[in-house]
Amino acid sequence: MPETTLADLAHEVRSKNAGPFWVTMELFMRDAEGYRIAADESFLNESVIAQLYRVEEEAVQLFRIPSLNVVKISFPRPVSQGSLRDRDIHAGQHHVPLARMPVPSSTRPVEESP
Amino acid sequence: MNTVRVLAPSGMLGAGWDHATVERGIALGADVISIDGGSTDSGPHYLGAATAKTTAKAVARDLRSLLTAAAAAGIPVIVGSCGTSGTDRGVDWVAGIAAEVMAEEGLDLEVARIYSEQDAAELKEHLDAGRIHPLPPLGELTAETLESCTHIVGAMGHEPIVEALRAGAQVVLAGRATDTAVAAAYPLMRGMPAGPTWHAAKIIECGGQCTGNPRAGGVLATIDAGGFTVEPLDPTVSCTPISVAAHMLYETANPFEMREPAGTLDVRDARYTALDDRTVRVEGSEFHFAGQYTIKLEGARITGYETMSFTAIRDPRVLAEIDAWAELMRTMITQRVGQTLGLADDEYAFDLRLYGHNAVLDDLEPESGPPREVGVMLLVNAPDQPTATAVAKVANPLMLHLPTPGMDYLPSFAFASSPAEVERGAAYEFVLNHVVDCDPAGLFRIEPGETRA
Repeated sequence: MPETTLADLAHEVRSKNAGPFWVTMELFMRDAEGYRIAADESFLNESVIAQLYRVEEEAVQLFRIPSLNVVKISFPRPVSQGSLRDRDIHAGQHHVPLARMPVPSSTRPVEESP
Repeated sequence: MNTVRVLAPSGMLGAGWDHATVERGIALGADVISIDGGSTDSGPHYLGAATAKTTAKAVARDLRSLLTAAAAAGIPVIVGSCGTSGTDRGVDWVAGIAAEVMAEEGLDLEVARIYSEQDAAELKEHLDAGRIHPLPPLGELTAETLESCTHIVGAMGHEPIVEALRAGAQVVLAGRATDTAVAAAYPLMRGMPAGPTWHAAKIIECGGQCTGNPRAGGVLATIDAGGFTVEPLDPTVSCTPISVAAHMLYETANPFEMREPAGTLDVRDARYTALDDRTVRVEGSEFHFAGQYTIKLEGARITGYETMSFTAIRDPRVLAEIDAWAELMRTMITQRVGQTLGLADDEYAFDLRLYGHNAVLDDLEPESGPPREVGVMLLVNAPDQPTATAVAKVANPLMLHLPTPGMDYLPSFAFASSPAEVERGAAYEFVLNHVVDCDPAGLFRIEPGETRA
């Protein structure tokens, strides 16, 4: 059985610049159950994001917004916007490593039989 | 006035919209039309070179829609961050287009221009006096950094715009302004409370993006003493509490707080309620005035000159070893450039990108396995354009023929164009993320009263 990823439980996962020096990402989870998984501190936290995006853990900001079923993550842009090494000027495609994170099997939602 | 209605036709002047949606907003009682003309989002080139991302025809088309509608209704039009980056040249560019449109349409509107470009020498006085502070992740500013910028702008709050409106302007063309100041200026002038006004301004800054259909036209925000409502201008589109609340997250590092020159918008306790199936009411937004008024600076400087070359690979035998091929390419380019041009590694730089393999995420790319085809982009940066192009020309035979480490014959790859090299001109970087302690209008110059018949 293929792994369940955060993207599978989300309505949308997106990333974007927040000004020239910050990247911000949002996980818009489909429902409260998806939110519970994404907002679980033992699964998704500043340290995990720091490893996934190779940034300093201290610089990662993580916000949990239960009223919207949203988890939001911000960190300083690792590569200067528009510089020789910047392949994503708007930081619009940087959500993918986050989106394809496998959800831990112990916290996966119970699938209804068809 | 108990309410103020702000019409936001789109997220950007020049993006285009259906004129009928503007007419609908006017019919719903819009008191002002406000629209953003720019942003830093598309990178440092537009500020560094003082050129616009939008084309003049698109700006003229949108201004015609707004100026004719606003003139007929007798309401003001406010444009912020003119010419993408809000340089003085950007303001004059939009003003010139507006003058042409007004002449063609027989409109007689008073146009105020607000200039936001900053002089490095004057900023150095603020720096020496300890009035300039860094915002994370940047550190302390130096005079050398200020002097290295080709253009510096300050992001104005609502105050200069209000001053221009009070002086009688019917059209305000502002240089760099915060995205929200453009929409907040008129309601604040009319005495609306700061919390709901700044929050409404943030929600409508991207036009229809706070609706359930981001492709649709603009929105109308109605602000009153207790909060605000927002509804789409396209009758087939809806706002929902989620779509409205979600826009507070867009392009903001912190979803609860947003700093403006005069203080901080705080939406922690905001409540979003559906009034009907397409209109949302928001209450509980707060604005905390800061002890010190600050203006944020943006500045860009040249990092070098770039030349680009692009070829493509379809041969499965090369694609099966694409990472080894790319590594050999990097080594070979460095060797050949040293042999041919006598350049040391620190005298130029290049980036080799494998589109179709890992170009976007580079070493963060989680997928593996051979791609079906790969576009190979070589981007060279050097202190001058001829050097950048020379490096790309030295790399050209490699871009055409480089075999993988295991191949004993010369492959030929698929160049996308002839000539193979594209000169990109100056490359820029943003180097300022600092605020200046100052008076609300201290850094800006208002030129009021130009009337065209």
